[in-house]
Amino acid sequence: MEEFVLMKGNEAIAEAAIRAGTDGYFGYPITPQSEVIEYLAAAKPHERTGMVLLQAESEVAAINMLYGGAGAGKKVMTSSSSPGISLMQEGISYMAGSELPCLLVNVVRGGPGLGTIQPSQSDYFQSTKGGGHGDYRLITLAPASVQEMADFVSLGYDLAFKYRNPAMILSDGAIGQMMEKVKFKPQQPRSKKSPDWATTGKTPDRERNIITSLDLDPARQERFNEKLQAKYKKICEKEVRYEKIQCDDAEYLFVAYGTSSRICQKSMQMAREEGIKVGLFRPITLWPFPYNEIRMMSGQLKGILSVEMSAGQMVEDVKLAVEGKVKVKHYGRMGGIIPTPDEIVENLKQNIIGG
Amino acid sequence: MADDTISTKELIKEENLVYKKSKILTDNEFHYCPGCGHSTTHRIIAEVIEEMGIQSKTIGIAPVGCSVFMYNYMDIDMQEAAHGRAPALATAIKRLLPEKVVFTYQGDGDLAAIGTAETIHACNRGENITMIFINNGIYGMTGGQMAPTTLVGMKTSTTPYGREVSLMGNPIKMTDLIVNLPGTYFVSRQSVHTPGNVRKTKKAIRKAFEYQALNKGTCFVEVVSNCPSGWKMTPVESNKWMAENMLPFYPLGDMKVPEK
Repeated sequence: MEEFVLMKGNEAIAEAAIRAGTDGYFGYPITPQSEVIEYLAAAKPHERTGMVLLQAESEVAAINMLYGGAGAGKKVMTSSSSPGISLMQEGISYMAGSELPCLLVNVVRGGPGLGTIQPSQSDYFQSTKGGGHGDYRLITLAPASVQEMADFVSLGYDLAFKYRNPAMILSDGAIGQMMEKVKFKPQQPRSKKSPDWATTGKTPDRERNIITSLDLDPARQERFNEKLQAKYKKICEKEVRYEKIQCDDAEYLFVAYGTSSRICQKSMQMAREEGIKVGLFRPITLWPFPYNEIRMMSGQLKGILSVEMSAGQMVEDVKLAVEGKVKVKHYGRMGGIIPTPDEIVENLKQNIIGG
Repeated sequence: MADDTISTKELIKEENLVYKKSKILTDNEFHYCPGCGHSTTHRIIAEVIEEMGIQSKTIGIAPVGCSVFMYNYMDIDMQEAAHGRAPALATAIKRLLPEKVVFTYQGDGDLAAIGTAETIHACNRGENITMIFINNGIYGMTGGQMAPTTLVGMKTSTTPYGREVSLMGNPIKMTDLIVNLPGTYFVSRQSVHTPGNVRKTKKAIRKAFEYQALNKGTCFVEVVSNCPSGWKMTPVESNKWMAENMLPFYPLGDMKVPEK
C-alpha cells in the first residue's frame, strides 16, 4: 500500500504527472512553480515511463509544443505562473479551436504585469472567461490541498480527453509552495493507443488527419462554433464539482476556492463559536461554475461573502448564481497578501450581517 | 509516309507516361497565384514523400501565411500551427513519435520574423526534423507587406518608397544564422525558378528527409522564391527579377553537408 509522503504542492503535481502516464511535459521556469520542472528533471521520468521532458525556450514555445504533442494524440502538460500563462493564451485558444486535450497548471501569483511572486487568485477571469481570443472555454479545476494538486492531474486529463478540450488546474503560490501529506495513486502505464483523430501518419486504411482551427467559410465556421458551444453546454450539465461544508443550517455563506477556502474554514469555525451560522461553499470546478447549486441555497441564506485573493472576480459569478435574491459581497486581498481568518469574520459581520 | 507522331490514345498509356501528378497531392486545386514557387515546392515535397514511401509515417506542419492551406493539398497527416510556432509543434511531435518523419513548411514572416525564437532554438537543440523555408521577401497572404527578408530598396505595401535600412533595418539572412548552429546537420539554399533549379531543390529536400532517419540534427532547406502578385510582376518577370536581385543576396548552394 502506498504511504503518505510530505511534499510541496508543486512537487505533488510533478509526481502525479509521471504516475498519470503523461507522455510529455513542456515548460519554462517561473516562480512560484519552478519546482514542477525541477522535480521532473530529478525524477528521470524518461527512465520511469518513457515520458518526454523538455525545457522550452519560452512559454509561447511550450504551449505550442503541447499543441503538437496533443495533435499527435499524446497526453501532454505544462505548468507556469500568471505571466507565463498570459503568454500561452494564444496557444490555448488554438488548442480549444482545434479541439485538442491537454493539462495546464497555473500556480497563480499576484499581478498585473510582473506583479509579485506571492500567491494570488487574480487569474480567475483569465481562466474562466476566456483569456485567449474567441468563444471558447477552459475546464478549470481549483485544488485546495496538496492532495488535490496530485488528484486533479488525472482528473484534468480525463476531462480533457473526454471532451477534447484543454483543462487547467488553477492553483496559487500558497498551495504550490506549502508542504502537506499526500498519497499517490499507483503508476498508470502510458497509453499505447492513439485517438482516431490524431496525426500519427496516414495509413492506407484511413483518410488523412488534419489538426486545424482554420475555416474561412463563415457558415462552416459558425456550425463549428455551435458544435463547440454544444460541447460546453454538456460540460456544464455533467461536470460541475463542488464541496459544501456545514451548509445545512447555514444562514450565511462563504464562497471560496483554493487557499481562500482553507482560510474560510477557520473563519467559519470562529464565527460559529460566536453563534453565527455560516457555511462554506467551495467550487472545485470554476468553469463550469456551480451556479445552480449556489442558487438552490439562496432560499435559506441571509447573505453571501465571496472570498478571493483578488479585487473581486468570482463574486460576479456568485451574483449571477443567486440572481439578486441574496445580498452578495466580495472580500479579498490583492498583490500577494493572504487574508487572515479574523479579518474575514470581521468583514462578514460588518458588510453582510450588519451592512 | 510513315506517321511517327503518337496518338493521344497511345500517349496516355501507362508505359508512355514520363510524368504525372504525385499520389501524395490531393485533387484540390492549388489556391496559389500562377507562377508562384509554393506550388512547385509543394509538388517536390509530395514527390519526395511518394518516392521514399513514407506517406504512412510523415507528419507535416503548415504555417500561417500563403501556405496555410498546405494540408488541403497533401495526402498526409498534417497540423496547422499558430504563426511562427511550427518548429515547436514539430519538436514535440518528433520527440513523442521518434519513428515518424516530421517536417515544417514555413514562409519568411513565419520562420524569420514572428517565429525566430522557435526556429533558432529548434535548430540549436538539433531537433531531428526537416524544415523547409520559403523565402520570397514579402508577406504574400496579407497583401504584400515588408518581410524580414525584403531586400534593401525593395518596394512593398509597408515600404512604398523602398526598404531603407535607417528606418526599417536590414534584411535577415536566416539560413546563414542557422548554418552556424551546432544542432543543424544539413543546410541548403535552393530555388525553383528554372527546371535545373527545381531538380537541385528536389535533391536537397530529398536529402533533408533522408537524413532525418540518422537522428543527427535539424535538416534545413531554404527555397528562394518569387511572389508575382506581391511583387506586381508577371511570373516570368518575377523569376528574372529574383535571379538578378534575390540570388546575389541569397546565394544558392549546399551550406552545410554531412562530413563523409
